[in-house]
Amino acid sequence: MIPIHLEQLEFRYPQSDFLLKIEQLTIDAGSRVAIVGPSGSGKTTLLNLMAGICRAQQGRIQIGEHSVGEMSDSERRNFRISRIGMVFQQFELVDYLNTEENILLPFAINQSISPTGEDRQYAESLAVQMGLGDKLRRLPNRLSQGEQQRVAICRALVTRPSLIFADEPTGNLDPKNKTRILDILFDINREQGQTLVVVTHDTQILDGFERIIDFQDFTVEANTDSQTDRMLEKRS
Amino acid sequence: MSWTRLVIRYIQYHKLKTVVLVASIFLTTFLPLTILILLGEFNEKIISRARSTPMVIGAEGSPLDLTLHALYFSSKRPAPIRFATVEEVRQTGWARPVPLYSRYTARQFPIVGTNLAYFQFRNLPLAKGESLSRLGDCVLGSEVARQLQLRPGDRLLSDPENILDLAGHYPLKMLVRGVLEPSSTPDDWAVFVDLKTSWVIQGLGHGHQNLAEETDDLKVEVRSDGTLQATAAVLPYMEITDENIDSFHFHGETADFPITAVIAVSPDEKSETLLMGHFQGMENETQLVRPVVVIDELMSLVFQVKKFFDLNAILIAMATLFLLILVLVLSQRLRIREMQTMFKLGCSRGTLLLLQFSEIAILFLFSSMLVALAVWGVWMMAGNVVQSLLIGGQG
Repeated sequence: MIPIHLEQLEFRYPQSDFLLKIEQLTIDAGSRVAIVGPSGSGKTTLLNLMAGICRAQQGRIQIGEHSVGEMSDSERRNFRISRIGMVFQQFELVDYLNTEENILLPFAINQSISPTGEDRQYAESLAVQMGLGDKLRRLPNRLSQGEQQRVAICRALVTRPSLIFADEPTGNLDPKNKTRILDILFDINREQGQTLVVVTHDTQILDGFERIIDFQDFTVEANTDSQTDRMLEKRS
Repeated sequence: MSWTRLVIRYIQYHKLKTVVLVASIFLTTFLPLTILILLGEFNEKIISRARSTPMVIGAEGSPLDLTLHALYFSSKRPAPIRFATVEEVRQTGWARPVPLYSRYTARQFPIVGTNLAYFQFRNLPLAKGESLSRLGDCVLGSEVARQLQLRPGDRLLSDPENILDLAGHYPLKMLVRGVLEPSSTPDDWAVFVDLKTSWVIQGLGHGHQNLAEETDDLKVEVRSDGTLQATAAVLPYMEITDENIDSFHFHGETADFPITAVIAVSPDEKSETLLMGHFQGMENETQLVRPVVVIDELMSLVFQVKKFFDLNAILIAMATLFLLILVLVLSQRLRIREMQTMFKLGCSRGTLLLLQFSEIAILFLFSSMLVALAVWGVWMMAGNVVQSLLIGGQG
């Protein structure tokens, strides 16, 4: 279990007025935390900073023993893929890979981790656990939205991460699937003790969280979402 | 699962795009290469054959038709000349004449009437059987024997010139006396007979039952001067055998019988020049051509035309390349989200580039393999294709 500690953090996008300032923020190890705020307030940026996708100009992000800001690009990538499970609003499954291959994707795209037979068994057991046991050979376009998000959660868990960062994981789901996905995330948090950080603007799903961080507590200037996308587009 | 598997799965999933791109690369590369190979083969074969045939004498007209006929027994034959030309060449003492008469076919393969000097001139040893020894014999080129599955001792029927012409000549059943060694020349696709046999096929010579012994009035008419006249009811023999060979005879002067060409082999350049002068100075209906000169002219024309093909191929290749770049760029734009996701999950930019370049590389590799396979096929068949398509022979 790993705690997260942010201190004197300042981030601004290049050639932009946007500024995100966080004096101090600590997320306890193994806790369930929701970060809420209106759309475009910088929630996703914060998640990206913690995951090492973006780099802050000032301040410190400490995840367990690791200082994210001091890591090189490759160290941050390796850290992210081995220690952090990412879940996205649009599921972001690869359309030409079947369920099993999508779950094992992190192993395919990073040379620092290679899947063992045990990993493959674990991937399959995760799929069974999520009710996808009979859909391992299906492509994403033959899965429902709830099933697609469950595949995305399996993908986030397959490397046995210590942290799970979920960006609007229920944003595209109907109420029934919303509840199911959140239950799954909470169960994982309870059973395996991973720190769960969920970014959302949906205040109706906050019941199960131990702590809710309101983004209005931080200094945020300008809208960020489109800028994050543009920056990522450039980098990838 | 490795990154290579990712690449393969992407290519498998986008089948249509893959097929279109591979087909574009394949066609753009394969067609110019095919032309290059066929032209190379054509050039090599036709030049070497022309070089080994010093001079050809035939009827006035197209030197190219005469050359192609003498070298390849092409179906577009020149007008016949008199057999006397052979004797004329011999009498000059400047060249050894090798007569050719190719007008008929047997199972679509050209029947070439000549003499034994031809086999010596072309250095065509026998693989099986014996050489021509009797009227009605034939010696087969290796491909003819292979394709028709004939061996010495078998029979081969000449084709009627026109099956609707009831008054035309009768086909002759020839005895296969021998089969030549393969030579990778048009001789492999020819049926060789003695000149006299080819005249028999034409009907200039024939054999039939002895009319003096015939009592059937329907077959024999007695003329007013007492000579016997055979009627149409007397059928000529269609096969020359030991029993009927003595009945075969020719009507008319041999010197007037037709041939289509004479290959003249001079012992030296001086004799060659003298013979050329002899035929140029004569006011008759023959011409003497040097095949190497005729073929050089033909090939220079062909290569000039090829320059346009080359230019065309370059333009098509450029257009295809631009199209490929456009398709790949658009495809990468469509994959931005996928690439972003991989990046967020922990994929390096290097690996992302590797994935994209690998896809392109696999497409090119697959296309290249197809091209190599097809080019190999063309290469293997080039000899036959040149023979059958460009020369008009069999294959």
